[in-house]
Amino acid sequence: MTDEKKASEMIKELMDKHYEDALEAKKKGELVGWAASNFPQELAECMDLALVYPENHAAAVSAKKASLPFLEYAEGQGYSTDICSYARINLAFKDIKECEALQIPMPDYLLCANNICDLMVKWYENLAVELNIPLFMLDIPYNTEPAVTPARLEYIKEQFRMIIKQLEDFTGKKFSEERFKEVMEISSASGRAWKRAMSTLMATPSPMNGFEMFTYMGILVCNKGRKETTVALNKLADELEERVKNGETSYKAEEKHRILSEGIACWPFLGHNMKTLMQYGINVVGAIYCDAFAKVYSNLDEMAIAYAEVPNCVNLEREVASRVKIIKDHNVEGMLIHSNRSCKKWDGFMYEMERRIAQETGIATAYFDGDQSDPRLFSKAQYETRIQSFYEVMEQKKAAAAAGEGTR
Amino acid sequence: MYTLGIDIGSTSSKAVIMRDGKTIVRKVLVTVGTGTSGPAQLIEKLFEDQEIQLSDIQKTIVTGYGRTSFKEADKQISELSCHARGVHFLFPSARTVIDIGGQDAKALKLNSRGMLLNFSMNDKCAAGTGRFLDVMARVLETNIEDMGSLSEQAQAAATISSVCTVFAESEVISHLSKGTGTANIIAGIHRSVAQRVSMLAVKLGIENDVVMTGGVAQNSGVVKAMEEAIKTRIKVSDYPQYTGAIGAAIYAFDEAEKEMTKRCSL
Repeated sequence: MTDEKKASEMIKELMDKHYEDALEAKKKGELVGWAASNFPQELAECMDLALVYPENHAAAVSAKKASLPFLEYAEGQGYSTDICSYARINLAFKDIKECEALQIPMPDYLLCANNICDLMVKWYENLAVELNIPLFMLDIPYNTEPAVTPARLEYIKEQFRMIIKQLEDFTGKKFSEERFKEVMEISSASGRAWKRAMSTLMATPSPMNGFEMFTYMGILVCNKGRKETTVALNKLADELEERVKNGETSYKAEEKHRILSEGIACWPFLGHNMKTLMQYGINVVGAIYCDAFAKVYSNLDEMAIAYAEVPNCVNLEREVASRVKIIKDHNVEGMLIHSNRSCKKWDGFMYEMERRIAQETGIATAYFDGDQSDPRLFSKAQYETRIQSFYEVMEQKKAAAAAGEGTR
Repeated sequence: MYTLGIDIGSTSSKAVIMRDGKTIVRKVLVTVGTGTSGPAQLIEKLFEDQEIQLSDIQKTIVTGYGRTSFKEADKQISELSCHARGVHFLFPSARTVIDIGGQDAKALKLNSRGMLLNFSMNDKCAAGTGRFLDVMARVLETNIEDMGSLSEQAQAAATISSVCTVFAESEVISHLSKGTGTANIIAGIHRSVAQRVSMLAVKLGIENDVVMTGGVAQNSGVVKAMEEAIKTRIKVSDYPQYTGAIGAAIYAFDEAEKEMTKRCSL
């Protein structure tokens, strides 16, 4: 009775199945690829190619507190601690090939895109050289301009055509325009369902604990071109809308303050971070993943633009504007920023972005130091001090606003 | 009415008793912090002359790194809010606070009512904090208390470029072996601390008046280097280490008064 299952159960099952299917495909002798999280998976999906996403795998391994041995192994191989911890985990897994926390099959080919991260190119090149497998590379230029220029659009589309040809030659499978259209439709429907679900977070109180978003969004990375994903995400949106209607929420504390979570989650301490915030009645009601993560398009041009306009690939003005929109729409009072050692690209613009956002919106902001996967780079005590202070600043701002005093 | 503010730091514990949230009647400092006998010693010393008894205290608020371990307090408030409150009590004109403690450094931005508007703290590295100076004093075979006056004799500050405590220590050793004078090395160390920590304040936007607090504010050499780094005069109170405890005692007074008003209205 699939209908009776909760969306959270459906999503969990789909994530489990995603990994089981990939292992099964490998067992059956099918070709399995490893792909960058923002590679247009539609190209592989419409050719029924099994894919695994190392970033998602590394995040899951970190959340299960199993990342450290991989990080240490990679460092032993000469990879600097300054390199992205997702990359270090995956480059270690390449050699170790076993992961009790979450097993994935070894790849036969690689699909890399540099739209969200530049380091990824070297990471995937190393995989390709050391495993002696082909790397199909999609180069998406950074958008200094406010929109993707026609020349860039053509450049990206031409690469889509090239990758389709490369995949056909390598796998022996045929690309079908008709199937491609169908996958695009499914992916867009998943994107729309996600946006509908996340738009419910605008309600006060928000119908869910924002940390749930971090676990749900994996399905968009790994499985968005599948009908089951659209079904699960629509179910999630329905459930959340129902909760809003009834004034219910899965957040197990009084929602005193509504915040935007900025940066990749600190996976090894997700539970600790969530509990600490809950202690102060702080709920995450927005993140860049709410809107920008779901891609909605109806043709190849729009799909190319969607993949070219992902966060980290657009100029600072657009990065600011997309957050300000969430802050306003979701009635956000504060922005909690993860200064994440791994992600130089994101951290690089974060300070100026925070300055502009604080200036434009007047919300409280706070940073904490950590890493998406390396548990050695986070201090619980430091986090707690910052959160307590962040809470007190939000409290004072609220009290001043209630008294009509302003903050000057 | 007496209220008590306690600030349990990483390297020292401080307590202040205030009368009616306006007058400091007693202050005690123990040079060991959280996880040690410091907090217990603090309470013992606070009431040893028996002029004021523990039972006279209406309310106690605890702050600082070790705040969660002190269960006897009525409430915990973050060290940032307590510092803001304490500084506003000592210097109502303060708008920027630079605090350097044992293992952290922070900058605060206040408004005219002493409200904490924004803050910025050091990252996970302890370079630029009191601990950094402790390590350097040991290498230089100098008392930490003398570093300020020694740096005044400097002819030209030595360059200490590393932001890492361990590497900076190597640089100091290298300077010593080259025969660089201790005063010049200390001045270089102070400049290194100031340059690192001033960035926290610059990020928030420096607004006058600027006040320095925390144990390191007792070091006139760091204060001078900080003034040069931010190109602004800095005010320091006579007891910069007690700012957090003062703020906590004032918060405790507010809480006690609120409760009394509530009781009266019932």
